[in-house]
Amino acid sequence: MAMSPLYITGFSAASALGRGVSATYGALLREESGLRPCDFENAKLDTYIGRVAGLESEPLGDRFGQYDCRNNRLAKLALQQDGFEDTVIQARERYGARRIGVFIGTSTSGILETELAYRNRDPETEALPCTFHYGQTGNMFSGASFVQGFLQLQGPVLAISTACSSSAKVFAVAYRFIRAGFCDAAVVGGVDSLCLNTLYGFSSLELVSSQPCRPADRERDGLSIGEAAGFVLLEPTYDGKGPGPVALLGYGESSDAHHMSSPHPEGLGARLAMERALSCAGLRASDIDYVNLHGTATPANDWTEDRAIYDVFGASVPCSSTKGWTGHTLGAAGITEAVISVLCIKYGFIPRSLNTRELDSAFKSQIVLDNQKRPIRCVISNSFGFGGTNCSIVLGTTE
Amino acid sequence: MTVKIYVKGIGILGPGLDGWDKSRPILAGLSPYTAQECSLPKPTILPPMERRRASTTVRLGTHVAQEALEQSGLVADNLATVFASSDGDTDILDQLCSVLATSEKAVSPTRFHNSVHNAPAGYWSIATHSLAPSSSVSCYDVTFAGGLLDAASQVVAEGRPVLLSVYDIAVPEPLHQVRPVSVPFGVALVLDSRHSVSVLGQLDIRLNGEADGVVTTLSSLELETLRQGNPAARALPLLAAIARLQPAQVVLDYVDENTLQVAVTP
Repeated sequence: MAMSPLYITGFSAASALGRGVSATYGALLREESGLRPCDFENAKLDTYIGRVAGLESEPLGDRFGQYDCRNNRLAKLALQQDGFEDTVIQARERYGARRIGVFIGTSTSGILETELAYRNRDPETEALPCTFHYGQTGNMFSGASFVQGFLQLQGPVLAISTACSSSAKVFAVAYRFIRAGFCDAAVVGGVDSLCLNTLYGFSSLELVSSQPCRPADRERDGLSIGEAAGFVLLEPTYDGKGPGPVALLGYGESSDAHHMSSPHPEGLGARLAMERALSCAGLRASDIDYVNLHGTATPANDWTEDRAIYDVFGASVPCSSTKGWTGHTLGAAGITEAVISVLCIKYGFIPRSLNTRELDSAFKSQIVLDNQKRPIRCVISNSFGFGGTNCSIVLGTTE
Repeated sequence: MTVKIYVKGIGILGPGLDGWDKSRPILAGLSPYTAQECSLPKPTILPPMERRRASTTVRLGTHVAQEALEQSGLVADNLATVFASSDGDTDILDQLCSVLATSEKAVSPTRFHNSVHNAPAGYWSIATHSLAPSSSVSCYDVTFAGGLLDAASQVVAEGRPVLLSVYDIAVPEPLHQVRPVSVPFGVALVLDSRHSVSVLGQLDIRLNGEADGVVTTLSSLELETLRQGNPAARALPLLAAIARLQPAQVVLDYVDENTLQVAVTP
């Protein structure tokens, strides 16, 4: 039996594509990538990044002063776009602050603060600077705690950190918490910001490209790292006016059981996640109008994902990765691509696989090379992470 | 709304608490507690290659998980998991941040991929060949309550058993200055909605927003120090209630004024 849909009654996004969903959609239509040569911190890497400009000069003040870090600044920026904060305030009045859950995906949270604190250790005593508030910034939970406090919510709260599937999994968590009766509605989202750990870490694994990333391209040679925040309000009902909002229709999770940093060679975990998501939604592969790929542009990811897609959908469903626009926003990739998927359904639009000059001839799935306008009812969005942790979500209209 | 689940296996490792069988009489107040240092075994469930590569965090998280699994009699290959830790692998965090503070920034690739919060979940899935869903969570000081809620919601909403493993290692200097966790502690529970003869206890869990519960503490000063000294050790009052084999009401700390009210029935 299909799961009961959860309606997306509010959503927001901020990434290198811009602040808010209008800016995001505008950049997609104009085919403008947000990637630029790496100019972050003191990093000396020959790569491109998706940086949200201006965060450096927008500190958190007042009662959130101790939470001030790049990651929470980015979270606040996204919370204040698209009327999201107001939508949550109205929901808070309907449900009560204790009945709305907050589930936030992140891979590195405010780790940049810990990096900076280490750089500024006292040379004599090794003491970390007294301005370093680890619990409010560096710790994995800090973003979830900040979002809950900022929205004045008091229900259940979790940080989910499963590397690059983190903010896809939050949709499944929200559904289960509502189903179990721990809350009635949920704010789900993801926040991940640029830091030296991921820039140098992915470089050390030789997974970073020196050009803007080229998903599904014959000459793809790695990812471009980006940063983003996005949020969605999920409710089991909506006000009943007009056509229903786009809803979460299903989710599917799996583990690869293969390797810590390489995907399963036949895309087994990826295929299972998609099949479980379709089954959860009570849909067939032919009901899906568009697949938003994980599509990191590493040789292994795109190849194994293509195999999994072809196994599930054949060549009949249009697919694209949007990481050529945003970069790989890691723990925020799931929510960023969920918001893009909502825009695809709302506006009847499929974004092309940006920077793909020549499609890998071994690929069998239908990779979209030009922006398209066409009605979209259902989208499946893939997010896969280190440790072999996979999540696919199905978003769509309910009529 | 109350959620009813059964505990089918328990794993525990911390100072003076080496496994459920040895810890049970101590937590029940029948034998004295001595906070002696615990050595971390290398979990036999990990293949030799992974066992060698595994960090302290991975070893702690998978060791207690293995103990709980073996007690439960369930098989790992389709058992969903929740791995929960406040701070993750602070040894690796310390190493990476130290390297990134130098001008060369020569990050080790193995260290980097082991640094993800879900590393124990990844090693577990590789070791058990499990393709089942897995989550990795953090809730700072109240990570045990957060992990328990996540696992309980899966048991109820998906109708499947879940293996929950909660752990935090001792935090190294200089991070210890801002996160003074001085001893390692790990606990794992196999939770299920179905009763069976092997059940160790029934839990009726309620997320309470009325702030009328006083958080349950431990009568032994040493154990109470441990409870407060490691986020995973916040599980101790619940484990003590199960160990005493008598009905009890346990109140666990959660965020803000929320508490988790857990009625324990043997």
